[in-house]
Amino acid sequence: MLSNRSFALRMVLWSLLRRRSRLLVALTGVTIGATVLLGLVSLCYDIPKQLSREFRSYGANLVLVKDQVGGRLSHEDLEAARKALPAERLVGLTPFRYEPVRNNMLPYTAVGTYFDDVKLTSPYWLVTGAYPAEPGQILLGAEVAEATKLQSGQRMTIEGRNTSQERYSKDFTITGTVSTGGVEDAFIYLSLSDMEEMTREPGLIDLVEASLTSEGTSLSHLADLVRNSVPDLEPRLVTRVTRSEETVLTKLTWLVYLVTVVVLTLTMICVTTTMMTVVMERRKEIGLKKALGAENKKVAREFLTEGLMLGILGGLVGSLTGFIFARLVSYSVFGRGLNPEFHLVPITVLVSALVTVIASLWPVKKAMEVEPGLVLKGE
Amino acid sequence: MLNPESSDNQILVISEVSKIYGPIKALQQVTFSVKSGEWLAIMGPSGSGKTTLMNIIGCLDSPSSGQVLLDGLGLDSLSSSELTAIRRESIGLIFQQFHLVSYLTALENVMVAQYYHSLVDEKEALEALENVGLGDRAKHLPRQLSGGEQQRVCIARALINHPKLLLADEPTGNLDETNEALVMDILHSLHARGSTIIVVTHALEVAAHAERTLVLEHGRVASDLKNPARQAHQ
Repeated sequence: MLSNRSFALRMVLWSLLRRRSRLLVALTGVTIGATVLLGLVSLCYDIPKQLSREFRSYGANLVLVKDQVGGRLSHEDLEAARKALPAERLVGLTPFRYEPVRNNMLPYTAVGTYFDDVKLTSPYWLVTGAYPAEPGQILLGAEVAEATKLQSGQRMTIEGRNTSQERYSKDFTITGTVSTGGVEDAFIYLSLSDMEEMTREPGLIDLVEASLTSEGTSLSHLADLVRNSVPDLEPRLVTRVTRSEETVLTKLTWLVYLVTVVVLTLTMICVTTTMMTVVMERRKEIGLKKALGAENKKVAREFLTEGLMLGILGGLVGSLTGFIFARLVSYSVFGRGLNPEFHLVPITVLVSALVTVIASLWPVKKAMEVEPGLVLKGE
Repeated sequence: MLNPESSDNQILVISEVSKIYGPIKALQQVTFSVKSGEWLAIMGPSGSGKTTLMNIIGCLDSPSSGQVLLDGLGLDSLSSSELTAIRRESIGLIFQQFHLVSYLTALENVMVAQYYHSLVDEKEALEALENVGLGDRAKHLPRQLSGGEQQRVCIARALINHPKLLLADEPTGNLDETNEALVMDILHSLHARGSTIIVVTHALEVAAHAERTLVLEHGRVASDLKNPARQAHQ
């Protein structure tokens, strides 16, 4: 036997399904709200990840040095630091060794590094020519190239003394020049293995630049991880980069949240208007139900259940369209897709249902004021 | 409030009832009573106060002054929710415009009245439709039914909770002759089984079916007469 609750549910369902055109109007409003809500919140989740990768083009955000003044790192320190950092956050880890050298009696600074890593941690380097790919090749900073009047393909002799004051001298082929507008322009770059061979002092590194994405745990936390794993290493945050990242990300996230709140408010107004129209159209039906002896709370419950179902349905449809919307935005702005955050679906459905029910409260209150006698007379 | 006359089998007592809307006096000092099982027709031209009187009897409106007793209970002092309860428990309403819920089937329209009254019972609702000759139209939506069929659904809905008083406002106003005869037959059959019926109409041929006719003019009772033809028929 059919229970009263089942019958009430059946009435609400038929009211939605047998009045399809009305349902579609109301559902469209709720779905648009849910779409924008889920889309924007998905972007809120994804923007830090996406922008964090974009920010990596500004260079390293963590520098590792020895904790005592003048101390130098070893290759073991470099590998220990690499192990301590989470691989999924690590964009690149580049060692640098600085040595004072001379060319034609003029002093310069030679920097030994791994160029494949440089491309990851310093993608902003503007290289004319090519990066050194073979032993015996060097890259000149723009200022050095200007001072020496040397060009790609020419040879350059580098001389110096190692820490044991032993003299060294080696000829290199210039593959290109690097220009950053910063200190890099004043250096001569060669591979770290060439530097070690030239100085006959292997295994020395002055500093390591790390480029890490800033999603999830903070960079200070990652710095602590390195500090705890390699005790005599001192990780330092590149604050001009990290602070800019944090500021931009925070502001952008707040902006998206603000837009979400505005959209939710507009959705609520839209749903309220739609529900008000629904109530006005159904004044006679409300009057009839009251004439048949329906208590106000029963009629109110019917309309709120209808609002709830609209909210749930709109939330579900809006979740699907919201993901599509977020993916489209992500593609057009960042050129990359976005992974769906499935845990946002129940939240969107819940918020959508809540918004619809809240938006229905005032129209339902107006419905309760309907006088059955007046409505049935057609007034 | 108990009516001293209720013991005389009077289900409805209207005493000096007036209804005033601003400058308009819709009803003025209307007094009459209806016995249990009686069939009363209320007649009058447009604007005579018929619908206002029906709304007051049907607990859809309250009088400005005067007293209304339904089965011994004074209606004039009741709150809106108490009047709703009386409508639910004691009154069956039949409308000229039928007023069926458009998205519910004939059967579900009858069950709506059960739902607001107490418990839904599909079998009983179907029986009520069969009693008005619509057993085979139970699953049809109102738009799939003729005017006469819609009115019969309306009657089945009005009767489903066994009301003490059946109130019909122009029940044949929108029907052709065949359907009018069908509806009047149903009312006769209900009356024969002891139902108290009040029919508001401006049609003499409909009023002629009643045992008694009350005529309203300008909100006042112009006449209150036994129907001689009906008396003779009985």
